[in-house]
Amino acid sequence: MFSNPDLQKLLFGRLTLDAVPLHEPILLITFAMVGLGGLAVLGGLTYFRLWGPLWRDWFTSVDHKKIGIMYIVLALVMLLRGFADALMMRAQQAMAFGPNEGYLPPHHYDQIFTAHGVIMIFFVAMPLVTGLMNFVVPLQIGARDVAFPFLNNFSFWMTVAGAVTVMASLFVGEFARTGWLAYPPLSGPAMSPGVGVDYYIWALQIAGIGTLLSGINLIATIVKMRAPGMGMMRMPIFTWTALCTNILIVAAFPILTAVLAMLSLDRYVGTHFFSNDLGGNPMMYVNLIWIWGHPEVYILILPAFGVFSEITATFSRKRLFGYASMVYATVVITILSYLVWLHHFFTMGSGASVNSFFGITTMIISIPTGAKIFNWLFTMYKGRIDFDVPMLWTVGFMVTFTVGGMTGVLLAVPPADFVLHNSLFLIAHFHNVIIGGVLFGMLAGITYWFPKAFGYKLDAFWGKMSFWFWLTGFWFAFMPLYILGLMGVTRRVQHFDDPSLQIWFVIAAFGAFLILLGIASFIVTLVVSFLKREELRDLTGDPWNGRTLEWATSSPPPDYNFAFTPVVHDHDAWWDMKKRGYVRPVSGFSKIHMPRGTATGLILGMISIVFSFAMIWYIWWLAALTFAALVVVTIGHTFNYARDFYIHADEVVRTENARTALLAERV
Amino acid sequence: MAAHSTAALTADDFKGPGDTPVFVDTHGKHHPEGGTMLGFWLYLMSDCLIFAALFAVYAVLGRNYAAGPSPKDLFDLKLVALNTSMLLFSSITYGFAMLEMEKEKRGRMQLWLAVTGLFGLCFIGLELYEFQHLIHEGATPQRSAFLSAFFTLVGTHGLHVSLGIVWLVILMVQVQMRGLGDENKRRLMCLSMFWHFLDVVWIGVFTFVYLMGVL
Amino acid sequence: MTVRILRTLLLLPVFGLLSGCNMVLMRPSGDIAMRQRDLILASTGLMLLIIIPVILVTLFFAWHYRQSNKEAAYEPDWHHSTHLEVLIWSAPLVIVIALGALTWISTHTLDPYRPLSRLDASRPLPKDVKPLVIEVVALDWKWLFFYPDQGIATVNEIAAPVDVPITFKITAATVMNSFFIPALAGQIYAMPGMETKLHAVINKPGTFEGMSANYSGSGFSRMNFRFVGLDQAGFDEWVAKAKAANKPLSRDAYLELERPSEREPVTFFSSVAPGLYGQVLNMCAVPGKMCMHEMMAIDAKGGAGKDSHANRARLEYDNRYAERGDEGNAATVGGSGRSSHSPEQPQGMKPKSIAPEVKPHSGADHSGHDHSGHATGDATPAAPAGDGTKSDGTKSDGPAGADPVAPGQLNK
Repeated sequence: MFSNPDLQKLLFGRLTLDAVPLHEPILLITFAMVGLGGLAVLGGLTYFRLWGPLWRDWFTSVDHKKIGIMYIVLALVMLLRGFADALMMRAQQAMAFGPNEGYLPPHHYDQIFTAHGVIMIFFVAMPLVTGLMNFVVPLQIGARDVAFPFLNNFSFWMTVAGAVTVMASLFVGEFARTGWLAYPPLSGPAMSPGVGVDYYIWALQIAGIGTLLSGINLIATIVKMRAPGMGMMRMPIFTWTALCTNILIVAAFPILTAVLAMLSLDRYVGTHFFSNDLGGNPMMYVNLIWIWGHPEVYILILPAFGVFSEITATFSRKRLFGYASMVYATVVITILSYLVWLHHFFTMGSGASVNSFFGITTMIISIPTGAKIFNWLFTMYKGRIDFDVPMLWTVGFMVTFTVGGMTGVLLAVPPADFVLHNSLFLIAHFHNVIIGGVLFGMLAGITYWFPKAFGYKLDAFWGKMSFWFWLTGFWFAFMPLYILGLMGVTRRVQHFDDPSLQIWFVIAAFGAFLILLGIASFIVTLVVSFLKREELRDLTGDPWNGRTLEWATSSPPPDYNFAFTPVVHDHDAWWDMKKRGYVRPVSGFSKIHMPRGTATGLILGMISIVFSFAMIWYIWWLAALTFAALVVVTIGHTFNYARDFYIHADEVVRTENARTALLAERV
Repeated sequence: MAAHSTAALTADDFKGPGDTPVFVDTHGKHHPEGGTMLGFWLYLMSDCLIFAALFAVYAVLGRNYAAGPSPKDLFDLKLVALNTSMLLFSSITYGFAMLEMEKEKRGRMQLWLAVTGLFGLCFIGLELYEFQHLIHEGATPQRSAFLSAFFTLVGTHGLHVSLGIVWLVILMVQVQMRGLGDENKRRLMCLSMFWHFLDVVWIGVFTFVYLMGVL
Repeated sequence: MTVRILRTLLLLPVFGLLSGCNMVLMRPSGDIAMRQRDLILASTGLMLLIIIPVILVTLFFAWHYRQSNKEAAYEPDWHHSTHLEVLIWSAPLVIVIALGALTWISTHTLDPYRPLSRLDASRPLPKDVKPLVIEVVALDWKWLFFYPDQGIATVNEIAAPVDVPITFKITAATVMNSFFIPALAGQIYAMPGMETKLHAVINKPGTFEGMSANYSGSGFSRMNFRFVGLDQAGFDEWVAKAKAANKPLSRDAYLELERPSEREPVTFFSSVAPGLYGQVLNMCAVPGKMCMHEMMAIDAKGGAGKDSHANRARLEYDNRYAERGDEGNAATVGGSGRSSHSPEQPQGMKPKSIAPEVKPHSGADHSGHDHSGHATGDATPAAPAGDGTKSDGTKSDGPAGADPVAPGQLNK
C-alpha cells in the first residue's frame, strides 16, 4: 500500500490487506450476504422513513422494555452466527475420516470451535437472559423503569460493541484458536501471536463491562423499586432468580475482567502472569477463569428456572408448589456455585482430598436443583395443564435437563471425570444442560412474554414445530456424543482415523440439521405471527390468565408501565387482584415522572468498537484518540442534568382511556 | 425527597375503608427510593473483587522473583510511608469537605476538595517516582512474575486514584456551576465512598505488599 | 455386590443397543480404568434410582393432568405439603450422601498419585515388584517417552509388560496437553515446567490408542500414540529393538525433535543424554538456560538481588519458538505470516500434511516431496519405507495415531 513501511505501520499498525480474506469464497459470500442484507435493511428504513423512530424510540431509548427487546434481537442474530459455526463443525466431523481431511483445515476449525463457544455463551445466552430480565423484572415488581435507565442503555450498547468486535474478526483478520476459555500458555503472546486472542480479549472485556453494569442496575432495581407490599417473600420467582443471577454477575464478572486484563498485560506489555517462564503460573489463569466461569453457568440457568416456575404455575392454572423452598433452593444454588469451580479441572493433579471436596460440593448443588424439579412436578400435580407452546418447552426441559443433570453429577465424581474429562461426553453434558435448560427456558420465556411485548401471541402451530424440531434435534445431535465419549473420543478434534466412529458423527450432524429446522421454524413463527397479528391480538393484556403483575397492564405496556403503582398482597399479585375483585381505575390519572432518552450510550458503544479495533491491530494513534473520546464523552454526559421529564397527565388520560375503550369493546 | 424515601411502604399503608383491599396506589403515595447509593456501593464491591483477584495473584506470584530482585532489595519503606500518609490525609480532608457540604458551605467545601486533590496528586507523583526508580534499576514488570503482580496491583490502585482526581476536578467545576443541589450532593457522596474505599485498599497494599515484603 | 447387580442390569440394554461400537471406557483393559468404569456404572445406577421415576412421573403428570382430562383432580390453591417438602429435599440428599461417600473413597483409592495396591480385582500386588517408570513429555504435536531404567526413549509409542505396575511421570514442553490412554486409566494434564504422575497397570496384551485430550494447537488432532501391552518376553524384545535402533537422543537431537511437527512416525532412540528428562521438565534443555529448580532455590533464599539482569535471559523460555523462527501453536493473522483464513497450513503441519498421497506401507519416496523452505522439514526424522513400524508383531486393533496416513485433498 505504502512505499514507506514505517509510515504504514504508524498509520495502520499490523493491519494489512492480507488481513481481509479476499480469497476465501465462504467468507466472501457471507460478507456479501451480510452487506446486501444490511443494504436492504438500510434501504427499507430509508424508504419507510423509519430512521427517526428507530433512533428516537429504540436506539436512544432508556425504556427497559425496548432495551430488553433489543438484547433479545441481538441474541437471535448472534444465534444464527453461532449456529452456523456449529453446523460447520458437525459437517467437518461427519466427513473427516481416514484419507478424507474434510473441508476445514485445523487452523480454521480451531477458530470455529472457539468462536462457537464464545458467541453462544457471551452473545447468545447472556443477552437472552439479560434481555428477558430487563423486560420482565420491572413489570413484575410494578416499577416504571430500572434504577439507572441510562446505564441500562449503555450496557446494551457495550454488549453490542463486543458482538460487533467478534463479528469483525470474521472479515478482518482471524479469531482466536485457543478454545473458548483461552487457556495460557496457548493463548499467551508466544503461542498465539497475532490478532485472534486480542479479538477475544477485547470483545469479552467490552461486553463484560456492559454485563457487570446491567447486573448492578437490576439488583438496585429489585431491592429498591418494588411495588408497595411486595416484601422479599412476595417477589415472583422469576424476579427472585433474576436477583440471584445479578448478584452472581456482580460477584463473578470482576474476576473475568481482572483475569482478562492480566492476560492482555502478558500479551501487550510482556508481563509474566501466565507464562511458563520467569515465575509465571498458567494454572492460576485456569483457576481464576473458572472462578468466574462456574458462577456464569448459574447466571445463565437461574433465570431459566425462573421462567419455568412462572410458566408451570400459569399453564397448570395452579399456585406454584413450594414457593418458599423454591426461593431457598435458588439462594442455596447461588451460594454453592462459588464452591465448585475446581471440578472443571480435576485432572490438573490436585490432591485427592481437594478433588473430592469440590466433587462433593458439586453434588450438593443437585439437591436444591432436584428440589426445584420436584416443585414443578407437584405444581403440575392436580393442575389443569394447558399445553400451549411455553408449557411444551417446560415439559421438554424437565425431561431433558434431568438427564443432563445426571451426567453432570457423574462428571463431578473425580475418578469418573478422569476418563470423561475433555471427551465428547462432556460436550454432550453441557449442551444437554445449556440447550435443554437455558435455551429451552429462553425460548419458552420469549413465547410466554411475546404478547406482553408486542400485543399479539406467537403462532402456536409454528411454535410447536420449532419445539419438536429442537427437542428431537437435540437428542439426535447429542446422544451420539455421549456414546462417542464412552468410546474414548475427545473434543476439539478436526480429523479421525477410526472409520467406525463415523456413523455417530453423521447422526449428530443429522441432529444439528433438525435443530436448524427448529431455528427456521422459530423465524417462521415470528413472520407468520406478524402477518396474522390481528388474529392473534391480545387486547386484555392478560392472554394466558397470568398470575404476576406484568399481566395487569396492557400489551404492550405504555411507556410508564402502570398508570397507578399496584399494591401487592400476595406473591401471585395479579391472580390475587383478579380473584378479589380488582376494578381497574378509569380516572384520576396524573402526570408521571420518567427518565429521558439519550444517545450517549450508543456513542460510547460505537467509540468502544473503534477503540478495541485499534488496540487489536496496534493502531496506537487511533487507540489514543478513541480513548480520549471515550473520556470526553463520559465527562460531557455528567454535565447533562436534564435527565428526566414528566409524561403529561393529558397523555396518560388519553392512553388509559384508549385501553378502557378496548376492554369495554371486548366485553 | 427526604420525607417519603425513609421507609418502604407496605400493603398495610393502603388500607381502604373497611376490609376492602386496595390494589393500586391512586394517590401517588409510593415513591421508590433512589438506588444510587446502593448501586454505587455494588459497583465498589465489584471493584473490590477486582482488587481481591489482584491480591490473590500477588499472593501466588509474590515470591517468584525469577532469580531477580525481591521486595527487600527494592522497596523504600520511608517513601511508601510518606506516600501512605498522603492518601490518609486526603481521606481526612475529604471528610472535612463533606462536613462543610452538610453545612451547605460551598466555598469551604471547595477548598477542602482542592486540598484533597493536591494530596491525591502528591500520592500519584510519589508513586510514579517510585515506579520510575524501579524501572531504572531494571526491576521492570517484565522482569519477574513478582514484579508483574506488584506493578499491576499497585498500578491499578494508582489508576483508580488518578480517576478519582479527575472526577474530583469535574465535580468541583459542577458544584461551581450549579451549586450544591441534591444531584451534586449525591455525586459528592459517591466520590466520598470511592475515595475512602481506595484508602482502605491502599492499607491492604501497604500491609500486604510493602510491610510484609520488607519486614 | 450391589455394584455388580447394577452393572449387569445396566450393561444388558446398553450393550444390546450398542453392540458393534467399541466403547473402550466400558470395556477397558487396565485395572484402574476398570475401576473407573465400575464407578461410572455404580454412580449412574444410584442416580437412575431417582432420575427414572422423576422422568416417568413428569410424563405421567403432564399427560394425566392435561386440560382435556376433566376426570383428574384439580386443586388450584394447593401449594404446600410439609411431607412432600421433606421428601423432595431428602430424597436427593440421601442419594448425594451415598454418592458423596462413594466419591470420597474412590477419589482417594483411585488418586493417580497413589501407587497401586493391586493388579486387578482378584490379584493383590506381588511383594517387591518394581514398577516400570516411564517419563512422558508432550511435545508439539507428538509424545516423547523416556524409559530411565532401560535407558531408551521413543516417540509416539510406548510398551509395557502386562501385570506390571507403571509409574508415569508427565510433563510438557510448551503448552498444556492431557495424557490419556482410555483403555489403561484416566487422563492427567501434561503441563510445562510441572510434573504430574499417574499409576496404572495393563492387564491384557494388545495395542491401544493414546492421545492428547487437551487442545494444544494446530497439530492437536493428530497427536496420537500407541500403547502396547506385551508379555515380559515381548517387552524385553521391544526394548532390545529400541536399543538396536542405534540412534542416540542427545540434547541437540531433542531440540530438533521439539520443534513443531505432526504425524511423527514411531521412532526409537537407543540411548538418552543423561538427565534430559529433568532438563525438559525444568525448562533448561537449551544450553545456557537456568533450570527451574535452580531458580526456585534462589527465590526461596530471597532472590538474587538487584544486579541479576543476566538471569533474565537465562530464564526466558517461551520465546524460543520465535527465536528459531517456528510458528506459535495457535498463531493467527499478524503473527502467523499467513494471510487471513488462508488455505496454507501452519508451519508444524507442513512436511507431512502437504505431501501428496503417501500410503502407509507403500515405501513412497518422501524426500522427493519434501517441501523445503520450512525449517521443520529437516526436523522430521527420515521416515522411509518400513517405518510403519509394526515389526514388533503386535496387531493393531484400532487406528494407531502414529501411522502417517495420506492426507490427500487437504489443499486442493
